[in-house]
This record gives sequence, C-alpha cells and structure tokens, in this order.
Amino acid sequence: MLIIGERINSTRKSIGAAVKAHDTDFIRQEALSQAAAGAHFLDCNGAVVGVEAEPETLAWLVQTCQEATGLPCAIDSPNPGAMEAALAVHQGQPFINSITAEREKFARILPLIKQYRAKVVALCLDDRGIPQTLEARTQAADFLVTNLTAAGVPLDDIYLDPLVFPVSTNGEAGKQVLETIRYVRATYPGVHTTCGLSNVSYGLPVRKLLNQAFLVLCLGAGLDCVIADPTDPALMALLYAGEALLGRDEYCANYLAMARQGKLEQRQE
Amino acid sequence: MPSLLESLAQFVIEGNAQKAKETTDEALATGVPVADIINKGLVAGMQVVGQKFKCNEFYIPEVLIAARAMKQSMEKLRPLIADSGIQPVGKVAIGTVQGDLHDIGKNLVGMMLEGAGFEVIDLGTDVSPATFVEAVRERGVGAIGLSALLTTTMPAMKETIAALQEAGYRDQVKVIVGGAPLTQAYADEIGADGYAPDAASAVDTAKALLGITA
Repeated sequence: MLIIGERINSTRKSIGAAVKAHDTDFIRQEALSQAAAGAHFLDCNGAVVGVEAEPETLAWLVQTCQEATGLPCAIDSPNPGAMEAALAVHQGQPFINSITAEREKFARILPLIKQYRAKVVALCLDDRGIPQTLEARTQAADFLVTNLTAAGVPLDDIYLDPLVFPVSTNGEAGKQVLETIRYVRATYPGVHTTCGLSNVSYGLPVRKLLNQAFLVLCLGAGLDCVIADPTDPALMALLYAGEALLGRDEYCANYLAMARQGKLEQRQE
Repeated sequence: MPSLLESLAQFVIEGNAQKAKETTDEALATGVPVADIINKGLVAGMQVVGQKFKCNEFYIPEVLIAARAMKQSMEKLRPLIADSGIQPVGKVAIGTVQGDLHDIGKNLVGMMLEGAGFEVIDLGTDVSPATFVEAVRERGVGAIGLSALLTTTMPAMKETIAALQEAGYRDQVKVIVGGAPLTQAYADEIGADGYAPDAASAVDTAKALLGITA
C-alpha cells in the first residue's frame, strides 16, 4: 500500500499560514512527522498563495520537504505552470496530482507526465462534470487508461482516483467508489487505484470514524494507494491490520514489525 | 396542544415529509390561508433548521431531509399560490463560479433561500460571468449568490463582479459570496455586497441587503 501523506495542503488553515509566510521550519516538521509515520510520498499543495505566486511557492515546498526527508513528493496543483516549476526542482520519481479526462486538461498535463516520467493520480472526471454514477466514472477511467498507455505511460505509473464525495449528500457516494475500484481491478490489471478518504465524511460528526471504516472497505475492494493523514495512528493501524487480513502482507511481517514498534496500540481516540 | 401550523413547522424540522404533507392538507381543509401555511409552517420550520445547522446542532443530511419535507408540502401549495396572490419575498440567482464544480454548499444555500420564501434560480456549477450577467438582465433577480470552494477559482468571483459592472448592471443587483476559502476581507476586496460563511447566514445576508424584514 502506497501512502501519500496529505497534510501539506495549503487549503488547511495552519498550513496555509505557514505556506504564505514561507515558514521552512513548520513545513519541515510536517514533512518529518509524516515520514516518521510511514508516508511514501508527501503531497505538496501551495494553491493558497494565488496563481501568480504558486510556481515559486510549490517549488519551495517540494525542496523543503525533500531536504527534510528525502521522500519524493506528489505535486498537487490545478495549475500546469506551478506543476512544472515544482517538477523542475524535484529529485527522484515524482507523483503528479492530478490529471483528468477533461480533454483540455489532459492535453496540458500529459507532456509533463512524459517529460518527468512521473507517476500520476488520474481523476475519473471528464468534461461532463462531477461524475454522479458508476458509468460516468468507468467511462472516464476507460479514457484515461487508454490514452495514457497509448502515450507510453506505464500501467504501473497510473493511479486512478474514483473521486470521493460525501455520503452526507448522496448515500450512494461511498458505494460508487468501491464499485469503481473493483471495476478498475477487473478491467485493467496492473493499473493502481487511489483516493482521498476524508471527503467521504464531510458534513457528518466523528469524521475520523467514517474515514477509518471507509479505508477498510476500500482496501477490501482492492485499493492499493491512499492519500491520507499518516499521523492518524488509528487509521494506520487499521491499514496494517487490513493488509494482513487481505493476504497483502507476507507472513504478516509488516503487521508484526508495526506491533513491535508499538504502532498498533495507539487506537484509543 | 400545538396548532396545526406549529405541528407543520415541527414536521419540517424533523424531516417527516409524510406528516408534513398530511398536515398541509389538513390546514388547507380547515381553511388556513396559504400564506400562513407557508410562512408560519414551512418557512418557520426551515428557519429553525437553518439556525440548528449554523450552530452545528444539525448535520447536512438533516438539512436535506427537512428541505425534502418542505418541498413536498410546497408542491401541494404551488397550484394555489397564484390564486392567493402570494409573491416570493425576493428573487435570487445562485451558482458556483467558472472553473469550480463543487455544488454542496451552493445547493444548501438554495434550499435555505427557498425555505425562507425566496424564488431561487439555480444556475448550476462552472457558471461563466456572462451567465450571471444574463440572469440579472433576463430574470430580474435582486441578488446573485456566488460560490467557490477552491482558492484557484476565487478570482472568478472578481471577474463576475467586473462583468456585471461592464454590462451596466452592478447597481441593480446585490452580490453575495460564500464558500470554504472565503473571508469577509476577500469579499470586501473584490467589492461584493455581502459575505455569508454558511447557508443560514446567506438567508440573513440576502434579506438584509434586499431590505426584507419579514
């Protein structure tokens, strides 16, 4: 399970203030705590500074995170100019977050994926807008896999994101994500799936509980990459337990290692 | 024993559409004026829902189910509204600005405005400045509500206000902005007339700006 640490997102208030102030120590701490908690990639989003300042800001975020941890980053921006500035300073294989099946956006982001041999989060979203049904998602997934592979992007670098919406406004929202994950697994072996969990619980109390339950359901459906907060010990403990139960942790080695490190005992929250 | 209209308000608050419809029928059968059913029943109920939502006592699904009860009762009243000469308290067009597809907040605002007796024209998501201008020109709205969830689409609010200015309609319409990344400071900076941090506040702001006291 690939874990993309989601915390360095400037749309969160505390991070946004640190990003605006270019508070290197604060960002370093956020990067280090996520690395220590088991993140494999660090998501970097600097959009709060506005379109003009974003390229310089995103590049600074990536450099700060990499100097602190040595981990690769997920470059999180809707703005290709900012993405390019950050990719130019990134060391190792980057993650691009994200491309979509919206035709214009696809054409603008694809060259960056190829130039930097990046992994990519591919959102199941096309020009018809927010997908309301399973079919809308699978059609976008078909377009993305077909056209990314035709352009030479390896299957192993494609991470389809079904798009998670709150169950508070649509009771089918969670189920549609699970069905999309199963569809991708069955239709495109070798292609990965990922999602941001926390949107599912928007508008409801005790959000962490819903996020945790949803992680387990997604794991069961075949999710193999997650954009989440690795510093949530309960979430991570469930992830290790789930992988062991699904036969994705040979000899339960990772589960045992985490138990010895005391990482499975901090569930009380 | 609560009055019929108090019961109706309570059924809206509870989101009991069946009971709300039955109570609406009962009120009509006993000769309660349509305006009273709307104002003292449905609007009164939705007002409580809005307040509870504002102070985090109610969650989104509870607002949605209350709005469903309100709408189903309203369906029964709609054929009678024209005859009884009831006018909406005001007319508002709402939409999520260009480049932004998020609609949850915008939809909640629409429900709360309808619940307060407004006529609401929902322009949808990814709405261009020209479409907002057209709504002001063609539909005679007194206010427009602009929603954005992304910091990257907030500038489209400024562009929409500029487009209204350019088309010569800025003085005829109040502009209310809202959405997670917004602040009063940003609303002031772009020259909006009002900022609403949540759906219930949007109703208060619209009423205040349009001089509606009811």
